[in-house]
Amino acid sequence: MALHVEHEIHARRRGRNMGMLVILLGFIAIVFGLTVVKVLNLPNITQMERFDHVARPQLEPLTSADEVAQ
Amino acid sequence: MTDASLPETKQYEAQMGDYFALLKPRVMSLVVFTALVGLLVAPVAVHPFIGFVAVLCIAVGAGASGALNMWWDADIDVLMKRTANRPIPAGRVQPGEALAIGLTLSGFAVVLLALAANFLAAGLLAFTIFFYAVVYSMWLKRATPQNIVIGGAAGAFPPMIGWAVATGGVSLESVLMFALILMWTPPHFWALALFVKTDYGDAGVPMLTETHGRRVTRNHIMAYMICLVPVALGIAFTSIGGPIYLVTALVLNAWFLKGCYDIFKRNDAQADADNYAVEKHTFKISLYYLFLHFGALLAEAALRPWGLGGW
Repeated sequence: MALHVEHEIHARRRGRNMGMLVILLGFIAIVFGLTVVKVLNLPNITQMERFDHVARPQLEPLTSADEVAQ
Repeated sequence: MTDASLPETKQYEAQMGDYFALLKPRVMSLVVFTALVGLLVAPVAVHPFIGFVAVLCIAVGAGASGALNMWWDADIDVLMKRTANRPIPAGRVQPGEALAIGLTLSGFAVVLLALAANFLAAGLLAFTIFFYAVVYSMWLKRATPQNIVIGGAAGAFPPMIGWAVATGGVSLESVLMFALILMWTPPHFWALALFVKTDYGDAGVPMLTETHGRRVTRNHIMAYMICLVPVALGIAFTSIGGPIYLVTALVLNAWFLKGCYDIFKRNDAQADADNYAVEKHTFKISLYYLFLHFGALLAEAALRPWGLGGW
């Protein structure tokens, strides 16, 4: 007896399932591509790190008061 | 009794192609072309990948509104020969599936467009879907013989959305591109309605040819064509126009105006005598008309980097 018996519905829905796979892979590619494009086009990419879920004061832009202190 | 003795019930399983047909692919091709032109002629450059995603979202949004339209109109689609083979009336797709696909794709298209481009473009897309599915399909299609004019507005939004993707705004140029498709739709569609035997009457959809007669339809074609000319020529003197567009528009408007005038000045007896040759010819001109107007705008934008496009 075969270890894997394919149900008839699998054959019937193969086209739909493959179509859904292509759509989902396409969606992943689009979201990934958008992320890459958006991040690479930021005016100052180091500012991305400021939103890293923890406070990173060393990445805050310098103010005139900071410059005077230095 | 085992299940082996049961007769095998083979229900039709909807295929990917059936779901795709819900999205009205032929309408989508016009949407993709005009949205792409709206995006490319805008004065702000868009990253090619963002442009691709934006046009995809606009196409999917338009397709989703087509699915919602098919869900709502399934009762009349089954009565008309032209639409009886659509996925729902033909029994290949359940109405609930079409509704789910329409709503899901609408949501995905609008949200993704907002993330990829901006909120204005996404808002315009959401409004287009609402306008086509609710204002046109549910409200006015079965209520007024001017339904085709209102439906045309939904088809006119894509270049405006494409422009909004690039610039983040609405301007005279994008309004004129919208108006070009809006004013083009009635003469285009009514020229077709004159020579194609429709069964809208059986389905209770008031079409101008049936509610007000063919003479009035011929008058309407002429009236809308006269309104279309200044819109088409006006674009030539905006920032997206130029000599190539102006020459193209002059030739096309003279050609289409002549066709509409020929339709206007004759009656059904004359049309029957030559098997609606003039109406068929003018309908064909209308297809070239829209395609070449947007093609000329694209040519102006493409030649601009070499100092050849624009004024």
